Amino acid sequence: MNVFFITTSLLKIIGMIFVVILPMVSYAVYAERRVSALIQDRLGPNRVGPAGLFQPIADAAKFLFKEDFTPAQVNKFYYWLAPCLAMVPAITTIAVVPFGSTLLGVPMVIADINVGILYVFAISSLGVYGIVLAGWASNSKYPFLGGVRSSSQMISYELSLGLAVIPVFLLVGNLRLTNVVRYQIENGWMIAPFIGDWANLGKWLLAIPMITSFFVFTIAVFAETNRLPFDLPEAEQELAGGYHTEYSSMKFALFFLGEYAAMITGSAIIVTLFLGGWHLPLPSLHGGFHWLVVDGTAPGWRGVVGGLFNIATFFVKVAALLFMFMWVRWTLPRFRYDQLMRLGWLFFFEIALVNIFIVAGILAYFQF
Amino acid sequence: MLREYLPVLLQIIVAIGFAASALLVSIVVGKTGKRTGAKDSAYECGMVPQGEGQSRFSVRFYLVAMLFILFDLEIVFMYPWAVVYKEAIAQSSLVFWSMLSFISILMVGYVYALKKGALDWKK
Amino acid sequence: MSPILFWFFALLMLVFGAAVVVNRNPIASALNLVVSFLGLAALFMSLDAFFIGIIQVLVYAGAVMVLFLFIIMLLDLRAERLRKINWVASAGGVAVALALLVQIFYVIGHLTFSKQTFPPLARSEIDDVHNIGLLLFGNYNLPFQIIGVLVLVATIGAVLLSKRERR
Repeated sequence: MNVFFITTSLLKIIGMIFVVILPMVSYAVYAERRVSALIQDRLGPNRVGPAGLFQPIADAAKFLFKEDFTPAQVNKFYYWLAPCLAMVPAITTIAVVPFGSTLLGVPMVIADINVGILYVFAISSLGVYGIVLAGWASNSKYPFLGGVRSSSQMISYELSLGLAVIPVFLLVGNLRLTNVVRYQIENGWMIAPFIGDWANLGKWLLAIPMITSFFVFTIAVFAETNRLPFDLPEAEQELAGGYHTEYSSMKFALFFLGEYAAMITGSAIIVTLFLGGWHLPLPSLHGGFHWLVVDGTAPGWRGVVGGLFNIATFFVKVAALLFMFMWVRWTLPRFRYDQLMRLGWLFFFEIALVNIFIVAGILAYFQF
Repeated sequence: MLREYLPVLLQIIVAIGFAASALLVSIVVGKTGKRTGAKDSAYECGMVPQGEGQSRFSVRFYLVAMLFILFDLEIVFMYPWAVVYKEAIAQSSLVFWSMLSFISILMVGYVYALKKGALDWKK
Repeated sequence: MSPILFWFFALLMLVFGAAVVVNRNPIASALNLVVSFLGLAALFMSLDAFFIGIIQVLVYAGAVMVLFLFIIMLLDLRAERLRKINWVASAGGVAVALALLVQIFYVIGHLTFSKQTFPPLARSEIDDVHNIGLLLFGNYNLPFQIIGVLVLVATIGAVLLSKRERR
């Protein structure tokens, strides 16, 4: 049993990192370039392979073979450590996110731990060190300013992030992310709590704070991953390149990877908390119309297909959110730093806090 | 329950291993070029670097970090509250008022910080 | 938790804790302290205190140490590196620490109840976050409110200290 447990865990981890995250990051970069081209009426990368599909492979090779240059003024050890510190948290947070139901009886989550969401926040809060260290160790002005700005922004929006999820856990009553998905299958997705209980006024009222919560969380994830309109740490016009100005070759690639991996993890968590995780009800006409919950529990090949269908559903949802990230990036201009801080500390912080008590009040009044 | 944490440890090890090996491969197969004075200097958009690399920065960043810790503590207390809320509210409404008064106490500090302009980056 | 993992995390904590003291570079010290906290968090988890363990990472490693790094950068503590090591003082410090260690060993070695074996830890089937919530909002409601006042005082202090007095 133990050997089986460790083997399946390792398979899931390696599959997650090398089969899902890494290709997804490379193709997210490619998609970002194609989407931006589409939005700006350009062509985008289309020369390497059919429709430029091999562009990420060419990019990866280029990152590897470029000169691995360490400038003379830097603090060598920390300069090398920083990219690793920026990347490792980004790809370890995904461990607690359930990306499918079960496949051949194995639950499709790497680590189903009882403090799930807190693990996500704890590990991603360690990502700040990579950025602060990159800025500090580079011993150069632009990276230093970028690093300080970035870490300040990240910790400010961590507050809204932490507050925005509380309503979800008020409803679920458990911090385990698999339980969050389970709750949503039984009671409707978090952004639409009235599903299945259409006549209940309380559930309709609940939808208002839950949707607010969803928006606050999503916007905080934008800020946390340094995406436009919150990309001040890398504001090219002011800071050249921000905290990774002095980096080149694979070390730069690790920062890039960390950033995109954080985006993927962020989307995965939004999907899990608010959009039903791997759940997608299918309409069924067998014996009257009803909604069918597909998962991996059915015997034989049906179970395998069901499990794969859940995994596919999950990643399609994540991909849709990633597309939204890109769309927003090429639509909105950047905030000024004082606007960003005011937005985080005044607007989102207060909304998220009031929101919690609205949900608590509804729960106290309707008692469901 | 502890067993569930083993995969977390494994994942961290794999992630660190991946980061280390990526850097290693890059050192091995990457090109090594000549070092020149200009290449070695800090990047300041092509100008000769002036002054120190790490300048002093505004005390506001420090203040933000400080306030972050304090409000982070408040959020940490909200998790156990959220977990037991549904169960406790069925018995009495004390749990609601308890958290409301806790947050109200902290909001005094928040309003104070706002009025003192601690979070105003424009000034 | 298997003993190997216990020894690994305990050693991790101690080695990096010592590195905090030994390092001349304050930034390096701060980072070593982060690793030490991570080891401590793992030890908490081995005692089934999952919530405390994860809070150790979230609050101490993720928030308090970021503040430390900011302060170190703000104060520009690089001068510390250039200072010479006072050998007499370090030798004295090591001697005092060793004396304390010997004392602890001596005292614990002579206590009769330190030799008894303890029953294995009772494992709770309920979530520990749930337990903490029940206690915090049941028996310990007043201390909880007092924590609120404490944090309020800290907030006011932080704002007051970092604001320049305008005349």
